[in-house]
Amino acid sequence: MSELKLPSIDYAALAPILIMLGAALVGVLVEAFVPRRLRNAVQLTLALLAVLAALTMVILNADDRLITAGQAIAVDGPTLFLQGAILILAAMALLLVGERTVERGGAFVAQAAVTAESDDDRRQADGMGGTTEVYPLVTFAIGGMLIFVAANDLLTMFIALEVFSLPLYLLCALARRRRLLSQEAALKYFMLGAYASAFFLFGVALIYGFTSGIPNRGAGVDFATVHAAVAESSSSPVLLFAGMALLAIGLLFKAAAAPFHVWTPDVYQGAPTPVTGFMAACTKVAAFGALLRVFHVAFAGASWDFTPVLGAVAVLTMLVGAVLAVTQTDIKRLLAYSSIANAGYLLVGVLAPSKDGLSGTMFYLVAYGFSVLAAFAVVTLVRDADGEATHLSRWAGLGRRSPFFAAIFTFILLAFAGIPLTSGFTSKFAVFAPALDANQAWLVIAGVLTSMVLAFPYLRVVVMMWLSEPGDATPTVTVPGALTSAALVIGVLATLVLGVAPAPLLDLANGAAEFVR
Amino acid sequence: MSNFPFLSVLTVAPLVGALVVALLPRRNPDLAKLVAFGWSLLVLVLSVAMWIAFQADGDRFQFRESYAWIPNWGVNFTFEVDGIALVMLMLIAILVPLVILASWHDAESSRRSVPVYFALLLVLECTMIGVFAAADVFLFYVFFEVMLVPMYFLIGSYGGHQRQYAAVKFFLYSLVGGLFMLAAVIGLWVVGGKTFDWQALSQAEFATDTARWLFLGFFLAFAIKAPFFPFHTWLPDAGGAAPAGAAALLVGVLDKVGTFGILRYCLPLFPEASRWFAPWALALGVIGIIYAALLAVGQNDLKRLVSYTSIAHFGFIGVGIFAFTTQAGTGAVLYMLNHGLATGLLFLVVGMLIARRGSALISDFGGAGKLVPVLAGVLFFAGLASLALPGTAPFVSEFLVLIGTFTTNKPVAVIATLGIILAAAYVLWMVQRTTQGTLNPALTEVDGMRRDLTLREKVVVAPLIALIVLLGFYPKPVTDVINPAVQATMQDVGKTDPAPEIGSVQEAAK
Repeated sequence: MSELKLPSIDYAALAPILIMLGAALVGVLVEAFVPRRLRNAVQLTLALLAVLAALTMVILNADDRLITAGQAIAVDGPTLFLQGAILILAAMALLLVGERTVERGGAFVAQAAVTAESDDDRRQADGMGGTTEVYPLVTFAIGGMLIFVAANDLLTMFIALEVFSLPLYLLCALARRRRLLSQEAALKYFMLGAYASAFFLFGVALIYGFTSGIPNRGAGVDFATVHAAVAESSSSPVLLFAGMALLAIGLLFKAAAAPFHVWTPDVYQGAPTPVTGFMAACTKVAAFGALLRVFHVAFAGASWDFTPVLGAVAVLTMLVGAVLAVTQTDIKRLLAYSSIANAGYLLVGVLAPSKDGLSGTMFYLVAYGFSVLAAFAVVTLVRDADGEATHLSRWAGLGRRSPFFAAIFTFILLAFAGIPLTSGFTSKFAVFAPALDANQAWLVIAGVLTSMVLAFPYLRVVVMMWLSEPGDATPTVTVPGALTSAALVIGVLATLVLGVAPAPLLDLANGAAEFVR
Repeated sequence: MSNFPFLSVLTVAPLVGALVVALLPRRNPDLAKLVAFGWSLLVLVLSVAMWIAFQADGDRFQFRESYAWIPNWGVNFTFEVDGIALVMLMLIAILVPLVILASWHDAESSRRSVPVYFALLLVLECTMIGVFAAADVFLFYVFFEVMLVPMYFLIGSYGGHQRQYAAVKFFLYSLVGGLFMLAAVIGLWVVGGKTFDWQALSQAEFATDTARWLFLGFFLAFAIKAPFFPFHTWLPDAGGAAPAGAAALLVGVLDKVGTFGILRYCLPLFPEASRWFAPWALALGVIGIIYAALLAVGQNDLKRLVSYTSIAHFGFIGVGIFAFTTQAGTGAVLYMLNHGLATGLLFLVVGMLIARRGSALISDFGGAGKLVPVLAGVLFFAGLASLALPGTAPFVSEFLVLIGTFTTNKPVAVIATLGIILAAAYVLWMVQRTTQGTLNPALTEVDGMRRDLTLREKVVVAPLIALIVLLGFYPKPVTDVINPAVQATMQDVGKTDPAPEIGSVQEAAK
């Protein structure tokens, strides 16, 4: 019997992941042992502190370029940059999740059987300051995302995918109002997500089979082995192509790219808005982080084969997102389709196989995350007696009622439309320029054309808010509590700063834009 | 004094003014108006100082300033002006205070914040100055796009009938053009060696096909902005719905960005492509002259009529640019200035008429000259300037365009001359139907129509009339500034003026 060799583990490099998962476990204990009245404050503080600690570790690790835990985890520039991005955006999302003054008891419910505004519901909201299971769930999801962008083999990636997906399915079902919509969204997300995971796992199996054909080397699913296999495996390339396609389906599903996007509008609409913001910002970072690593590291040698296919997916994604956004009448669905179109623009960056392409994509992810979280923060504030008023017709004349918030939302929409001096413009430039440099002019032209289409729905919202007269149905904007205000201020400032002075973050992304192999 | 950072100060100053005005209390609109007016006068004084400091016989580009912005992409805040840009900056500096003065009561009827209206005008001035002063393609693009935002709100929030539709149409048309340009800007950056500096790019050589595609990207944006036929349909809507002051700026200055962009970016950066596309551009220009003039004749809405006349004039400017002679080029640039003055005046006067009558329809007027003789006289003068009567400034520029074009392309010059006749038709008929003839009895019942030009309005129109007459008789100070820049541009395109054909005359004499 041969001796079992333990892989060496660099605990400092893994610290951000360990901190988040540890905090999530502590969060579960808090649920069990801390009195109800205190739970919300304790949980929120715990989650935020954990994010802060993890972020500190990411910054301390900034110069790490290593592969640890026996080829399972790569801690390199992109990992650290994306982990930092996820943590910062997650902190903003946690602020939205923790908001308790806009709606008594917050946006979440504990028991599906308790109807909103019923006596039980009031008692629940008053007695314990809202439910708090949401915090450990979010913390688990963050931990999973941190592993996802660092995973250096396909199995670790799959585990990470499940670790952050399962809490997300649950989070979607927690909406306090429009309960059925929320539960339907969760079920839909879960079913389709399970399919996507299955596709991913099947892809892993095929790739494993493919790697067995390398001469003088064992089979494996770590990226170095896959990379070697792409170059020299004697196995049938059908295994490679089929495996690659199945893996891509799993990842593109999470990234909300067409034709794997159908869940997005329903889930974005049904999920509690803070959770929607969390998904739109952080899940996107995680999904694209994994896509970048899989296609730039493992399958770099097959770029001639996957670029046309992924390019077609990118064009389709942009088209579907932009065209269907035009017809939406609900602000959350509109933002969902906008998020789909943005996935298309991000794919353009993924398909520019250069340092600039990589850093541009990472820049885009951060810039978009800030804007989209700010957008959903505004959505949580526009409400009437029945909760959030998300139907677009209800937003008519909002500019007259609450000029300040309407101005903020207008600014964010202009950013989404890519008007200069907002991060939306600089980030589009950051992905389009490397793509054009890599002779992918068709992707850039598709991007530009769909941007034109997409400008229309954004503009329609601006028109609604400013140029229409307010009616009786126009809701008021609730004065946000400190937490939402903080998230909103961070999001809007980041959108402005990244548009006016993007150089520091671009430098950071550029310095980080190299994978270890 | 020539070391003074004129251009950056000129760009930033209106923005600071806008912030100040926007923060003034809404309850005290008069204070906001005064501050806005004073601020725009300050910009005017600064511009005059710059005009004096500019050496007409000096370098082509002057007052260069450059500050790093996004070093990763080679983007700088680079400002510099040639004679063409300088003239446009002067036009802006002159028009904005007059527009503010003319719009004194415009914002009150809209039930929206009055200070914000004037703040938006100043923001617009900042972006307009920036777009003409920029010498970095990225910076130019930024101003080009951001310019839409204040204009969108000026039309959408303070405009008249159908303002929402007009504002959205304006924004979308311009954005579509802008995004085509964005693709071309990125392309230019990639093939031009990752720099946005105009000087560096104008030295770069591009492959023929690449240059033609890039030219097309820029040209589409500028043709929509200008607008040239067939991209013009947004202008009558926007011009018709915008408040008169904003419309004067929209047509007088904003649209010049298109023709200016062609002169500054399309021609020098892609000379071969410019020559290759010139016949098409000339055709669009000629069609625009005739088609828009015919449509103008049929308009019953004063502001839409003026918008259509502008499209015809932009046809002239386009023809002048793509004729590739110094005369025609100088004429085109001079036209950009004179059209700004003449059409600006026309829009403002028409705005005064509409404000009095409460209607923009020509059929609602008739014989108004009997009630408001001075106003009618000014309208008549503005109309004459607009149809390029000799003695008014536009005549000089139109004449230069025509003789400059005639030397290289006779058919185009001949067809374009027809435009002058049509111009006489639409202007004179408009003047006749509004101010001449029997008095429309409905007019006497409108209180406003009994008030002739107020002192404020006289102050608005007087400088414009004076300038139009002055430049009509003595355009030399302006042509001296424009000429070297146009000559340099034509050299960039690789065209020299055809030599006068006197040889054959001498031979015949022998």
